[in-house]
Amino acid sequence: MTEDQVQQIVIDIIDEIAPDEDTTGLKPEVNLRDQMDLDSMDFLDIVMELRKQHGIEVPEEDYPELASLKSCSDYLTPKFNAK
Amino acid sequence: MHQSRIVITGVGLTSPNGNSLEEYRKNLLDGVARIQMIDMRYMGPKGAIGQVPAGVCDFDPKKHQTRKELRVGTRAGSIAIYAAREAIASSGLDFENYDKSRIGVYVGTTEHGNVETENEVYNISKFDYDTKFWTHHHNPRTVANNPAGEITINTGITGPHYTIGAACAAGNAGLIQALQMLRLGEVDFALAGGVSESIQSFGIFAGFKSQGALGTHETDPNKVSRPFDKTRNGIVVSEGGCIYTLERLEDAQARGANIMAEIIGYRINSDASDYVLPNPERQAECMHQALAVAGIEAGEVDIVNTHATSTPMGDIQEMKAIAEVFGDCPTTYINNTKSYIGHCMGAAGALELAGNLPSFQDNIIHPTINVEDLDPECALANLVINEPRKVDAVKVILNNSFGMLGINSALILKKFED
Repeated sequence: MTEDQVQQIVIDIIDEIAPDEDTTGLKPEVNLRDQMDLDSMDFLDIVMELRKQHGIEVPEEDYPELASLKSCSDYLTPKFNAK
Repeated sequence: MHQSRIVITGVGLTSPNGNSLEEYRKNLLDGVARIQMIDMRYMGPKGAIGQVPAGVCDFDPKKHQTRKELRVGTRAGSIAIYAAREAIASSGLDFENYDKSRIGVYVGTTEHGNVETENEVYNISKFDYDTKFWTHHHNPRTVANNPAGEITINTGITGPHYTIGAACAAGNAGLIQALQMLRLGEVDFALAGGVSESIQSFGIFAGFKSQGALGTHETDPNKVSRPFDKTRNGIVVSEGGCIYTLERLEDAQARGANIMAEIIGYRINSDASDYVLPNPERQAECMHQALAVAGIEAGEVDIVNTHATSTPMGDIQEMKAIAEVFGDCPTTYINNTKSYIGHCMGAAGALELAGNLPSFQDNIIHPTINVEDLDPECALANLVINEPRKVDAVKVILNNSFGMLGINSALILKKFED
């Protein structure tokens, strides 16, 4: 799985959990919270959906890795590819 | 001790047969019930999905909430927000410029959290009951203050908020709590009433069924709820919400508010006798005490809106209590609203009161419908059946709401006269 594909997975999850947000044109390097109205519960939702939909576990100490689309794909791509 | 007079200055509601007071009232006068058969988890044979009669509200939740709020919050919260926002609009208050720290939110609920917990148990059943799939939204959704708290988050109200758990007397209890807080000076403006999301909980339906109290009708869902009819056989569970704006009279007058009614009497008491069976002696006592608080005689009441839920025993017990209090009152008429909307649980008291408030203006008493064969044990002389009754004047309404564990409430409203 490519980093782009992983980023799309994250975007799809955000579309689902924060349906009022516009996810088109998100800048990969910029923190998601600086581009959208997301709170800590939303990030827990992202963690839950990664677990439910893809069987990917994100331990609490790694939550900061989900800060931006780029950091998400850096962190998650090896996990997807290790499945 | 001087006690401020407390008045109603606005109302917002959603009931199975109306999303505004105007629509709801019109349907009550036109005899329009709106109960439907809905799918319910586990209520079919051997745990399959089954169908149950229910009252479902069709308000537009997106009118006052974002899609994310709807996803994170509860149905009870959504109903509460809709009713509260509509009530605020109805009150004519300059809400944006009002001191939000002086507004209190007091929402009656029969129960809260069953729906969300049932849904989560169902959710983890798809993952071998592994609780790591249990949502982090569960606790904020199920805390008892949820519906009231969602109103504050949506509106920016920073005064006190909580729910009042009072079984099916909760709608009245919410109003009584608000009245007391206004009189204590804790708040200057109150949002109060009751809400229910019960139709999303299979446990409510299954519980009534096991109790032998879940209503049925062979052909027509709109005839399941038929209080006082000889063939009645139980409750229709419904969702709904009704929130009022309450103010001290002097504040309402100072801002030129439209005053819909004054709350002149109230009482909550306890049967102290049984978990589910009503106690007519205590119900009558509750009404007598509310009349005493109001400082009026029983004969001055024009409408008694019954709690009757269409159960064989409950309706008879309440009529016994009403006969004891109002048996010698030739101009006191009796009606019921559940025959149209089912039992809206925590919203019942507040919604049923709303259905009668317009009588202060039109002097028409809405009937109870679906009475094809009046049960002689419920046959009080002034029961308004199937057709509206026009009278010379409606000046006082007594609203009964009773609930499990023997909680009784009676609220007395008067047409506003300065």
